Amino acid sequence: MGHGASGGEIDDWSLELSGLTGYVLKRLGLAILVGLAVSIIAFLLLRLSGDPAIAIAGEGARQADIELIRQTYGFDRPLPVQYASWLGRVLTGDLGESTYFKTATGPLILSKLATTLTLGLTSLLFALAISIPLGVLAAIYRHSWIDRVCLGLAVVGQALPNFFFALLLIMIFSISLRWLPVSGSDSWLNFVMPTIALGYYVAPAFMRLIRAGMVEVLEADYIRTARAKGLPAHVVIFKHALRNAIVPVVALTAVQLGFLLGGSVVIETIFALDGLGYLAYQSITYKDFPVMQVIVLMLSLIYVLLTLASDIANAWLDPRIRVA
Amino acid sequence: MLRRLLANRSLVIGGTILLLIVLAAIFAPWIAPHDPYAQDLMARNQPPFWYAKGDWAHPFGTDPLGRDYLSRLIYGARIALLIGASVALISGLIGTVMGMLAGYFGGKVDLVVNFLVTTRLSMPVILVALATVAMIGGSLWVVIGVLGFLKWDRFAVVMRSATQQVRSLDYVAAARAAGAGHARILLGEILPNVAPHLIVVATLEAASAILLEAALSFLGLGVQPPLPSWGLMISEAKSYMFFSFWLIAIPGTALAILIFAINLVGDGLHEALSPEGRS
Repeated sequence: MGHGASGGEIDDWSLELSGLTGYVLKRLGLAILVGLAVSIIAFLLLRLSGDPAIAIAGEGARQADIELIRQTYGFDRPLPVQYASWLGRVLTGDLGESTYFKTATGPLILSKLATTLTLGLTSLLFALAISIPLGVLAAIYRHSWIDRVCLGLAVVGQALPNFFFALLLIMIFSISLRWLPVSGSDSWLNFVMPTIALGYYVAPAFMRLIRAGMVEVLEADYIRTARAKGLPAHVVIFKHALRNAIVPVVALTAVQLGFLLGGSVVIETIFALDGLGYLAYQSITYKDFPVMQVIVLMLSLIYVLLTLASDIANAWLDPRIRVA
Repeated sequence: MLRRLLANRSLVIGGTILLLIVLAAIFAPWIAPHDPYAQDLMARNQPPFWYAKGDWAHPFGTDPLGRDYLSRLIYGARIALLIGASVALISGLIGTVMGMLAGYFGGKVDLVVNFLVTTRLSMPVILVALATVAMIGGSLWVVIGVLGFLKWDRFAVVMRSATQQVRSLDYVAAARAAGAGHARILLGEILPNVAPHLIVVATLEAASAILLEAALSFLGLGVQPPLPSWGLMISEAKSYMFFSFWLIAIPGTALAILIFAINLVGDGLHEALSPEGRS
């Protein structure tokens, strides 16, 4: 990725910038379209049951009550009209009222967002903290027993269902050793097991990518030059090789963060960690439509923004992407 | 070809385990020691044979309703395999059509498919699946349908790039020169050549579908009782985890072994079928 050497002349720079701007604009357009499509799907998802008024009123509700709910929520209007008015309200920040918690949806969701973002970030850091050293080790000692152990760990890790792993952690660290609380979200201790249970699952993908990147980079000429210059092995590996091998990890990070957001529904529910994932589970089981809709929309939009940011970061790091 | 497949260790190990599980699932009525649905309230929560109190009448013990756990485990393999295979089939069909069209025609078709894939990827599968199941009710077929319509993204992405690589090769040009139509070229020339990628993605997606079904059933929004889905078995055992951890450990381990085997097969096929892995 020889971007460091190019761009010496001013003309080159301006040309490159316009290329980048064009890419950013195109990518931004796609993100907006995807955001709109996601909002339509999030809206339609809750019409799948047929009549949401009956679902809100609950079974055995009187016809008059159902009719009242239908009119209050505007379910009697045509779907496109309902969608437009819903989107309009969402865009102006009016997210409606939770039918279960009986509070405004906006503040309710915002109060849980920090927990989920914290968990997403700690899990990601945990995954990188295991996968980078293991990936580098596996690449340096390629085809040795170290490489095979790392690969074996990755295969086993990917086979372990995260909810089962979470229960194993509870069994070991809460019930047997009594080191960590089973559930709740009062202290940082509550985040330890959810972080491990969520993070270990994305580590194998990172590890394989870092290993592959390192294997390729370690055979490159500039690494041979660095070695031939007599630089110490750790300088060659960490300063020269890893820096280049890690570029594709940026792209994967955004995708994996999306996976972590989805996985947080399962993990937060198991540990009763009071975040967006647990709220999603609660809203789904209580058929709390306004909350459900906004969470689907919100988690999807977070992902759209993350991939947008990572694609732009990647295009900036690696000029070849802009052409494609 | 067969020799190359058999020389691949992951493929042989994974394939053997998978074959055993498939055989157990097919011959469940003959292998299972008891009826998986028969409750025996006199024999509830019996431990497996490796506990002092366990006995061989119920090798893996019984669940809180007194149902034989080994029998439920064996019948559960049917559900897991059915989910994996059907979801891979449905999503594979959708994704392959989209990916091949995008890769072959390029241009506007490619843009549309790219848009659909990006949209699909932005919505967390588990969340959309949970919401859908909550809306229309959970059952084995609903779970298969929902996952089948959600998991086509990787098929589309891989098939698109595989088709792009094959599209410009000589034999495709030759077929076109010979007057073959698009359908004839796509099905007769391109599909056979991208099929290896398709098989690899299908195995990995089957594994991922089985894990998703287990997670949905674990949350109570997937396969419904009394079906012996492994995820559901773990869910039902949650409140007994303190005293009877085997109720969780046994189906959990079964899931892990099945996923492990399918992933090994996928990795092995990838190595054996891709040109780089042929050396």
